[in-house]
Amino acid sequence: MFDQLFQFLVTGITVGSIYALVGLGFALIYNASDVVNFAQGEFVMLGAMTAIALLAAGLPLPLAAIAATLITILVGLLLERFAIEPALGASVVTTIIITIGAAIFLRGVAMLLWGKDFHSLPAFSGDVPIRIGEATLLPQSLWVLGVTVALVALVRFFFSRTLVGKALLACSFNRTAAQLVGINVRMMLRLAYGLSAGLGALAGILVAPITFSSYEAGVMLGLKGFSAAIVGGIGNPMGAVAGGLLLGVLESLGAGLISSGYKDAIAFLFVLMVLFFEPTGLFGHKIAERV
Amino acid sequence: MRTVFWKGIIAAALLVVGSLANSAEPIKIGSFLTVTGPASFLGDPELKTLQMYVEDMNAKGGIKGHKLEFIHYDTGGKAQDAVSFVKRLIQNDKVDIIVGGTTSGDTLAVIPEVEKAGIPLISLAGGIEIIEPVKKWVFKVAHTDRMAAAKIFEDLRKRNLTKVALITGDGGFDKSGREQVLKLAPQYGITIVADESYGNKDTDMTTQLTKIRGADAQAIINFGFGQAPAIVTKNIKQLGITLPLYQSHGVASKIFIELAGDAGEGVRLPAAALVVAEQLPDTDPQKPVLLAYKKQYEAKYGPVSTFGGHAYDGFHIAVAAIQRAGSATDKAKVRDEIEKTTGFIGTAGVFNMSPEDHMGLNLDAFKMVEIRNGAWKIIE
Repeated sequence: MFDQLFQFLVTGITVGSIYALVGLGFALIYNASDVVNFAQGEFVMLGAMTAIALLAAGLPLPLAAIAATLITILVGLLLERFAIEPALGASVVTTIIITIGAAIFLRGVAMLLWGKDFHSLPAFSGDVPIRIGEATLLPQSLWVLGVTVALVALVRFFFSRTLVGKALLACSFNRTAAQLVGINVRMMLRLAYGLSAGLGALAGILVAPITFSSYEAGVMLGLKGFSAAIVGGIGNPMGAVAGGLLLGVLESLGAGLISSGYKDAIAFLFVLMVLFFEPTGLFGHKIAERV
Repeated sequence: MRTVFWKGIIAAALLVVGSLANSAEPIKIGSFLTVTGPASFLGDPELKTLQMYVEDMNAKGGIKGHKLEFIHYDTGGKAQDAVSFVKRLIQNDKVDIIVGGTTSGDTLAVIPEVEKAGIPLISLAGGIEIIEPVKKWVFKVAHTDRMAAAKIFEDLRKRNLTKVALITGDGGFDKSGREQVLKLAPQYGITIVADESYGNKDTDMTTQLTKIRGADAQAIINFGFGQAPAIVTKNIKQLGITLPLYQSHGVASKIFIELAGDAGEGVRLPAAALVVAEQLPDTDPQKPVLLAYKKQYEAKYGPVSTFGGHAYDGFHIAVAAIQRAGSATDKAKVRDEIEKTTGFIGTAGVFNMSPEDHMGLNLDAFKMVEIRNGAWKIIE
């Protein structure tokens, strides 16, 4: 029984770190503009699919991964320039709807480019499982975990220690005030989209060997990543990671100890409870609305 | 007076033109498939196959001088859309016959419509409920999940394995397959010692498989399609489980072998003969049919799948029935001729339909195959 429990936990952390990595991408754009970018999942898919395509075209894996990340960043910038920027004065809800449209568009383009089949990426350091006692995990999961930790540290550092990061945050708190103190709001927004597209692409490339990828893969990953982000408190990169890990472990324990049929129900019940008792998420900023 | 005369001439001319058009009126074949959405990998090759053979048939002059007109709607896997498209096919497009319904859900939803209108329907979906109980106007050409379960159980019996763990997804195909496995198991003296499920878009099934490892199973059966069965296969390897693994006919495509990689070695599954066409003995009557379809399809679109094969079977059964009936206008006659289909060699097997059996395939239609060195191998 203990062996089983241990494997459930290991599985939960593995799955959770995937959610966390995707959830991290939501934080950047949210911090810059208060907008939840529903095309974040599509950035994840684009990163994975572009890497797979480049690999198939003969590029070595590291090069394909870097090129795919850069291409996705470019897509993120184009998206911001031609879809978000023209609607700069619009309300947050309008912008969110634009991102939903962009997501559908990107999915369509991916379907035309790469077809409807699933594709896989070879694991970075082999498929030989690592044993920890009676539990096993794949080397690729360690990659996901490691990169998640590194990226969280980087994102945290970016927002709290660098001038650009602070400027980004300022834009979300009060756009007019930010502009008045000399922050180029447009530039900041472009930066946010470019960076989160890059984060998404990295996540996609890292998880593709485990989850495979297809033109639709972004939908599920985006949804789970979004759940992770809101559970942890959207806008807080640490929160996204904690939320992702919590969700993953809950799903796994739910499936293992109660019933695999109720796995998702248990996870969603948890999300509902969190939103009910802590509407800003477990680690979200407490916002006092001034009337 | 003169204008009346001319009007008469014009009317007569119109009548002649009208009747001429009538004599070469096209035969309308309607279709509703899932070309987009999660089951698109089923519907996509089906549509391509139908389009290819309609073109082919028209290049040869059609059926008895009548060209074929092909009308298709994409349901996206939504049953409500399937119903409204089939209504449109019947009422607006006035089709003579319908070939389609990629998924069991789509097909089951439209059955009341075609029964009411009296239009023959040849479904390409797997669910046994489509033809059981028999419906007057409804036929199907794809293997049922019950046949797949029976084929797996036969193989288990040969290997003297009686305790089986079952793991299935949450899709319609998966659930229907699970039901058939549970229902058939006692007949073959097999006990299901674990019954786990997963979401079809899940990324990891090691939790469920850990529970299966704890159960006292001798083999694992996984019913599903898409990427999930490949993840299950990889997870089994990851956990170091060495039990024989059976997949369903839902993953009988090259993509599964690619996705599962090394972990796929030794996986067995019941598959249509199409995936192993080259390995069939030359005496097999299906071999030339399969190779011809494969060659024609691959020249145009790339690798064949068994699902496109179902469209081949459905189309040719429909065409043969219309030819025997003499015309497509008498729908009852066409229906009767479909029911009389005997000895038709299709991609799914040899069809022998009857008033009691609107599919007409037996267990021989499935071959038990195993993945060896990254390729399918017949093992019987």
